[in-house]
Amino acid sequence: MTTFLGMPALPAFGSGNLFAGESFPKAAHRELGNAQLRANLGHATHTIRDKRQAVVSELPDWEQLRDAGSAIKESVMARLPDLLEEFEKNFTARGGVIHWARDAREANEIVAGLVRDTGETEVVKVKSMATQEIGLNEYLEEQGIAAFETDLAELIVQLDHDKPSHILVPAIHKNRTEIRDIFLREMPDADPALTDDPSVLAMAAREHLRRKFLTAKVAVSGANFALADSGTLAVVESEGNGRMCLTLPETLITVMGIEKLLPTWQDLEVFMQLLPRSSTGERMNPYTSLWTGVTEGDGPQNVHLVLLDNGRSAALADEMGRSALHCIRCSACMNVCPVYERTGGHAYGSTYPGPIGAILSPLLTGIQAEENNSLPYASSLCGACYDACPVKINIPDILVHLRSVDVDSTRGTKKVPSQMDVGMKAASWVLSSGKRLGLVEKGLPLGRLAAGPDRKITKLPGIAGGWTQSRDIPAPPAQSFRDWWAKEHRDAGNAPAQPDTEQPGTPSRDEKEAQQ
Amino acid sequence: MSAREDILSRIRTALQDSPQAPQIPREYRSASGMGADELIDLLVDRLVDYKAQVAVVPEAEVPARIASLLEGTGTYAVPEGLDAGWLAGMDDGDGGSRRRVDSPAQPLSVAELDGIDAVVTGSAVAVAETGTIILDGSANQGRRAISLVPDHHICVVKAADITGILPEALRRIDGTRPITMISGPSATSDIELERVEGVHGPRRLDVIIAR
Repeated sequence: MTTFLGMPALPAFGSGNLFAGESFPKAAHRELGNAQLRANLGHATHTIRDKRQAVVSELPDWEQLRDAGSAIKESVMARLPDLLEEFEKNFTARGGVIHWARDAREANEIVAGLVRDTGETEVVKVKSMATQEIGLNEYLEEQGIAAFETDLAELIVQLDHDKPSHILVPAIHKNRTEIRDIFLREMPDADPALTDDPSVLAMAAREHLRRKFLTAKVAVSGANFALADSGTLAVVESEGNGRMCLTLPETLITVMGIEKLLPTWQDLEVFMQLLPRSSTGERMNPYTSLWTGVTEGDGPQNVHLVLLDNGRSAALADEMGRSALHCIRCSACMNVCPVYERTGGHAYGSTYPGPIGAILSPLLTGIQAEENNSLPYASSLCGACYDACPVKINIPDILVHLRSVDVDSTRGTKKVPSQMDVGMKAASWVLSSGKRLGLVEKGLPLGRLAAGPDRKITKLPGIAGGWTQSRDIPAPPAQSFRDWWAKEHRDAGNAPAQPDTEQPGTPSRDEKEAQQ
Repeated sequence: MSAREDILSRIRTALQDSPQAPQIPREYRSASGMGADELIDLLVDRLVDYKAQVAVVPEAEVPARIASLLEGTGTYAVPEGLDAGWLAGMDDGDGGSRRRVDSPAQPLSVAELDGIDAVVTGSAVAVAETGTIILDGSANQGRRAISLVPDHHICVVKAADITGILPEALRRIDGTRPITMISGPSATSDIELERVEGVHGPRRLDVIIAR
């Protein structure tokens, strides 16, 4: 299904760090070979899963909160242009300045220009997915502006010249010893006797960043929520690095996706219950800051907001996929995902890994961009992500939808039908007739023969080899269920079903019999 | 076309199927119905869980409690509008000379704040269920920086300002004020998802609940 056809504007897809540079199976295969990574991820995802479950079970109205959260976000998408204008009016009336950015490049240029206007060459940063998505740090560096990440995990990743692998805990793939080693190697002021105790490591980060916080003139942040009816922005955090950046500098530049809006102040009561319990598994995160434009005598006096499209309008155009924009970046879906738990976040290529990334990245970039069409297949469709999602995004449904978009996008573009095309055609021919299926089932003993004495088929040819690459197929039974059924009923004195002769589309006699 | 016009037009095009905004089902709890003692007990339990230190005292004993918490501390900051009586216990000895008052007319610089050991503030409202204290920049709390930079935050919560659940608390707040919601001392879970208290914000949080 294409919803864009016949519309005046083509979908404008996003750019930046949203692409799988190699196909997911290839990347996953490599990451799976890293035993340390798998151990670290297994430990971390299970810890957070248990914590989340405990605090979610505490609330008698969790499901009602999810229902409200889901409906609020659906309403935001339906009313997005009006809400953006309402937000802009209120934020501006309170002394804030709004900038609009079509894509990553435009957003980066706006931020760099704003920093240049202050005459500064350094900025402190609060952890933000939007700036990660647009590759802001790299762009600023090219422009001669140094961006210092202040969230502990972002700091670890930045010091290690690595990439984040999780949206909430970007260094989830590192264990404490690896982090200690990074600090010793990359922090000039680190104590050589540093241990790998997490509280000691947190103190080292405090020492390292303290001077930066107290002297920074410009901060760059993201935002968790923006309230249209008041023009208020919110940042949810734990360490106090957010408060430092949002309070002490003279200039604050926030970059936020256009989908982050909430209509009213009252809606915050829903999301501030859903988000902390879903993300860090806490009843409430240690610090949340809210600001509305400029407050005289309190906090930054130059307050900017960059509203970022970067493919969001394209995702919105997909009627089935648009609810991916409801995401509040809690990361509960990746923490419960059996695929993410094993491959880690780097295998997805994009800034957004895990189940939400598998739908969001291709929706933002278009399914045909680079290897992003491999992402919707990075799932067993078990549905754990849907159950965990605080705003009830039906991730499995959207995964299946995007798989069909992927198949449709290549349909008819190849002259020679693929093995998959031929196989599917053959299967459709066989399975649409009981008679033909019966004939094929006569071949089951051949399969038993192929399985040999250990009764396992370990290697299939062609694309079917993908299945046997990591698992065996048990030997097929000596007779099919249908043969067994017919025999049983004959023995019981019932007349067996005769092979069918009816037209396609009417229920076969076998089906009718099964219903009796 | 400006980026603004362009983006708004892209969004309108994307919504050509005219999706309807649904009714918002607000069947979640809007009030807890808890009694005053129950609220205090729950708030204490939650704050202790976050590794904050908590004392529940009669209102008249707040000055003595503050004085004892500041014993052995060097300088301490207060907002100009702090309830005058709360510092009564600090007026003897050098308690007064260790005080640094932050006011809109004479704000303390960031460097000065960094050299101050503690801060005493009031609070706007608290949420028992989540152990959250909300500051809204009113006169007895001061601007955001003073409760952030000093390493020890002493925060007084009046029993009448304790609500049961978040929706009750947010109804009492003007969202356009500079707001800080505090749930325990600063913390991080960034290393192996293990919670560690004490990072960039105040590492020590003392809460005095005045009943």
